[in-house]
Amino acid sequence: MTELTLSRAETKSVASSIAEMRRFEILKALAIFALVAALPIIVHDVYLQNVLILTLMFAALSQSWNILGGYCGQISLGNALYFGIGAYVTSMLFVGFSITPWLGLGLGGVLAAVLAVVLGYPCFRLKGHYFSIATIVIAEIGLLLVHNWDYAGAALGIQWPVGQDGWTTLQFARNKIPYFYLALGLFVVTWFVTFFIEGSRWGYWWRAVRDNPEAARSLGVEVFRSKIAAAAVSAFFTAVGGGFYAAFVGYIDPDSVMSFRFSLLFALPAVLGGIGTLWGPAVGAAVLIPLTEILRSYAGGSGNGLDLIIYGGLVMLVALAKPDGLLSLFQLMGRGRST
Amino acid sequence: MTNESILAVRHVTRRFGGLIANSDISLEVRRGELLGLIGPNGAGKSTLFNLIAGTYAPTSGEICLDGDDITSLPDTKRCALGIARTFQVPRSFDSMSVLDNVIVGALVRRSGANQAREQALETLDFVGLATRAAAPAVELTPPEKRRLELARALATEPKLLLLDEVMTGLTPVEARKGVELIRRISDRGITIVMVEHVMEVVMPLVDRAVVLNLGKVLAQGHPKDVVRDESVIAAYLGDRHRAT
Repeated sequence: MTELTLSRAETKSVASSIAEMRRFEILKALAIFALVAALPIIVHDVYLQNVLILTLMFAALSQSWNILGGYCGQISLGNALYFGIGAYVTSMLFVGFSITPWLGLGLGGVLAAVLAVVLGYPCFRLKGHYFSIATIVIAEIGLLLVHNWDYAGAALGIQWPVGQDGWTTLQFARNKIPYFYLALGLFVVTWFVTFFIEGSRWGYWWRAVRDNPEAARSLGVEVFRSKIAAAAVSAFFTAVGGGFYAAFVGYIDPDSVMSFRFSLLFALPAVLGGIGTLWGPAVGAAVLIPLTEILRSYAGGSGNGLDLIIYGGLVMLVALAKPDGLLSLFQLMGRGRST
Repeated sequence: MTNESILAVRHVTRRFGGLIANSDISLEVRRGELLGLIGPNGAGKSTLFNLIAGTYAPTSGEICLDGDDITSLPDTKRCALGIARTFQVPRSFDSMSVLDNVIVGALVRRSGANQAREQALETLDFVGLATRAAAPAVELTPPEKRRLELARALATEPKLLLLDEVMTGLTPVEARKGVELIRRISDRGITIVMVEHVMEVVMPLVDRAVVLNLGKVLAQGHPKDVVRDESVIAAYLGDRHRAT
C-alpha cells in the first residue's frame, strides 16, 4: 500500500486537535465580543451608537436566518413574519397588560417557533425556489392580516408609552447604550447557538441536507425533521430580535416590522458576508447596515429605494467575484499564510 | 460465509407507468457473501438496487432484512437497520470537508460529534483517504470521490453494503486498488451486493453472480458457471454470437 495510514493513537490526536481548534474558535470569539463591548468607550455620538445597535441587531437576525438558510440550505425570504410576531407579541403584552418585555421576547420566540413548525409541514414539501416563493407569500399574508387586525392597532400600529427607563421595561429613552449591550447580547447568543449547532449532530445533518438530500437520506439523515428543527430555531431568534426592535424604537406598525424589506435585510448580510459560516452574517451586517444608514441620512426622503439598488449591486458583485462571500477573502489570506 | 440469508427479495415487481422495470424478482443474499448483480443496460439492476436501498417502494412483493419485513421502511430507517449504499454518480457533500462527509455517516450510530469523528477518521484511514481528511470534498479526484462514498457508507457500520458501479470509469490501476479495497471490506464480514458493468472486474471478485435481463432473473450461481450460461451469453451478445 502506498497510502499513508494512521495508527489508532494518531487518529485520536487528529480528532483531539480538531476539538482544540474549536476551543480556540471560542476564545477568538470572546476576544472579538470583548472588543466590540468596549466600543461605547470611544463612540459617544448618538447617531453612531444608533448605527452600531442596528448593525449588531441585524448581525443577530442574519445569524438566525443563516441557521436555516445557510446551514440547512432553505432560503427563506419571509422571516419578517417571525420578526413581526416577536415585535407584536412583545408590544401587545407590554402596552396592553404591562407584562415585562423580557417575557414578551420569550413568548414571541416560542410562538414564532411553533408557527415555523406548523408552516414547515406544507412548505418543506417544496424545494429550492418554490420554497422561497412560498415564504414570501406567507409573510405577505401575515402582513395583510395584521394590517386589518383592529385589536393590534391595525395600520396605526402600537405606541409604547413613555415611562420610566429601566431594565424591566427595556425602555432607555435618554441613553441608548443599554440597547447596544442588548443587541450585542442577542448576537452573542445567536453566535454561540450557531457554534454549538455546527459541532453537533444537527449541524452535520443540516449541512448534509443542504448539500445533497438524497445522499443524506441514504446515511440515515432525517431530512424533513432537520428542516423543521432548523426553521424553529431560526424563527425563535428572529422573533426575539423583533421584540428587541419594538422595545428599541418604541413604536411599531405593520409595515415598520413586517415588510418584505426586513426579510431581505435578514438574508443579505449572510449572503454578502458568507452564507453558512459562523462570521459571515456579522461581516455582512458590518458592511451593509452602516451603508444603509449613511445612504438614508444623505439621500433623505428623495432617495427612497436607493439602498435597495445598492444592495442589488452588492449582491451581484459578490455573486460574480466572491460567491462564498466576503469572509472567503480572509480565509484565502489565512490559507496563504499557512502554506 | 454461511448459508443463512441476510436479505430476501420475494416476488418483487416495480413498474414505472407502463414500464415494468422489475418483474417478479426473487433472490436471497447470504450473510457475509459478496454478490454481483449484473446484466446488460436496462436489465433492471439499478431499480432492484434502489428497491433494496429503500429509495423507491416496490409495486408488489416484499423485502426482508434478517427475517424482518422492511418493504415499507424508508431509506433512512433502512440505514439505521444496517443497509448502506453508494451512488453511481458520487454524491458528496461538496461544501464540507472529506472528514465531515464521513462524520455524517458515523453519526447514525453515535450521537456525539467527537466519537463520530474518531470513527470517521478510522474509516478514512481504512479506505486510504486519511491524508485528504481536511480537504474540501469538492476538490477530490473522481476515484477519490468513489473512496469517499465508500468511507461514508462504511462509517454507518452496515451489515449489508450496496455498491452501485463503483468500478466504472476507473483506470486499470485504480480498479485494481478498488478490488483490493472491496476484498478488505468483505473480509471484515460485511455482506456486499455490487451492481457492476465491468465483467472482468466483477467475475473474479464475487462469490456468486445474479444476472438480470429485461427485469427478470436470468441466471444465478458461481461466476464461472454464469458466464458459460447460454442464455446469459445471448443476453449480452445477442443470439447470433451464441457459442455453438
